[in-house]
Amino acid sequence: MKTVETAAGTRRLHPLPLRIMHWLNAVAMIVMITSGWGIYNDSVIIGGLHFAHALRLGSWAAESLLWHLAGMWLLMINGFFYLLYGLVTGRFRERLFPIGIADLVQTVRDTLHLRIAHDDLTRYNAVQKLLYVVVVIAGISQVVTGMAIWKPVQFSGLVSLFGGFQGARLVHFLGMAVIVGFLVVHVALSLLVPRTLWAMLAGGPRIPRPVRRRRIAT
Amino acid sequence: MKSLFRKSLFHAGRVPDPALLDGHRSLIRRIERRGLIRGGLSLGALTMLAGCDVKTPDSVEAALRAVSAFNDVVQALLFDPGKLAPTYPASMVLKPPKFNAYYDIMDVRPVDGQSWRLELSGRIAEKTPWSLQQIAALPEKEEIIRHICVEGWDYIGQWSGPPLGDFLKRVGADTRAKYVNFFTADDYPSSIDMATALHPQTLLATRYAGETLAAPFGYPLRLRTATKLGFKNPKSITAIEVTNTYMPGYWEKRGFNWFSGI
Repeated sequence: MKTVETAAGTRRLHPLPLRIMHWLNAVAMIVMITSGWGIYNDSVIIGGLHFAHALRLGSWAAESLLWHLAGMWLLMINGFFYLLYGLVTGRFRERLFPIGIADLVQTVRDTLHLRIAHDDLTRYNAVQKLLYVVVVIAGISQVVTGMAIWKPVQFSGLVSLFGGFQGARLVHFLGMAVIVGFLVVHVALSLLVPRTLWAMLAGGPRIPRPVRRRRIAT
Repeated sequence: MKSLFRKSLFHAGRVPDPALLDGHRSLIRRIERRGLIRGGLSLGALTMLAGCDVKTPDSVEAALRAVSAFNDVVQALLFDPGKLAPTYPASMVLKPPKFNAYYDIMDVRPVDGQSWRLELSGRIAEKTPWSLQQIAALPEKEEIIRHICVEGWDYIGQWSGPPLGDFLKRVGADTRAKYVNFFTADDYPSSIDMATALHPQTLLATRYAGETLAAPFGYPLRLRTATKLGFKNPKSITAIEVTNTYMPGYWEKRGFNWFSGI
């Protein structure tokens, strides 16, 4: 056995398919969150918490439901291809892992000292990596809990996993809160470092393609 | 239990003009593709406008309803006729059940059980109307199931009455027809798919927790299906029709999804 390394030239930090999926996901997420707020108001989970009319997609619950159950297709289909892309091209492994504990502590310490270094767009710090992993898991969780709420009899096994119908609603609500929390940080940081926003539109700097290690029998 | 008079969308004061939404379904099915594409284009722009109090443009409305019609097809595929909804112990039953309708509980119109008849029409061989005594003589079934409202709340209820599927077979209904329509004393037309009508947990309920249904909960006879959202269970039924022609129900005309299976 011998390991052969093949040089493969350069590519954009964010290849075109990834950029398309990112922006489709942005639309899907905004549709799902704001229409979800419209549905939530008819049977609140946290007493006293209502979402203002101006924040909701759909003029009343029926319309918000139409949006939510249409937006779910965009979210699911686009999300499926995003996961497939990340796994097949090795992007997840390359960009998001490993996440070192020491690295994590250092980044948090730097941030607290207001040292937010972002000179190199091509490297994610540990906190960034962690946030991306968490939001991807939250997205998957939203689809699973969403299915449980949409079809609690057909997927009754899924419902019991969340401790019943109201449990599934609660986890679905908390998943939304995690994603909204991520969005606030994500959008704020991209506005603080506008080059990152531009990179997600135009592709960003060229980087060497990841070296492929292929094992060949000799 | 919360107040019976809680504000709910089922008492919504402002709903879209029914005339505007009425009977557009066949048209929507035809323009499905066109609407989807056009709607897709406006979707991004509309997202930005979500905060403003703008009326949803007709093309977007049509696209959303086209997806809702598509979701009907998907839900029919997801529906497993042999899958039973979970059942619960009698100790969990809520008494009395939760009242919810498009009208207030004070406006419930009482039905006279003596003169009440269940009329039958459409693809049914034996169309003779049924009296309450005749219905009471039919073999019954009891089920303790979860009621899930489209709004998000739920409760466990204990319902009994003859299974709808048995009744349809007894009167010689064409069980290959697509729809079973219901007409009610409270002007709440509703329709369900035949597969759900034949599901073993779909009852023509006459009793709740062992006692005759009270007027607000659908006396003398109401639909109770374990596999659909609450609003798909019409109360105080006066006529049943078996048909291949789609008829939107009270809430479907106002924008809710037709199949609404759970």
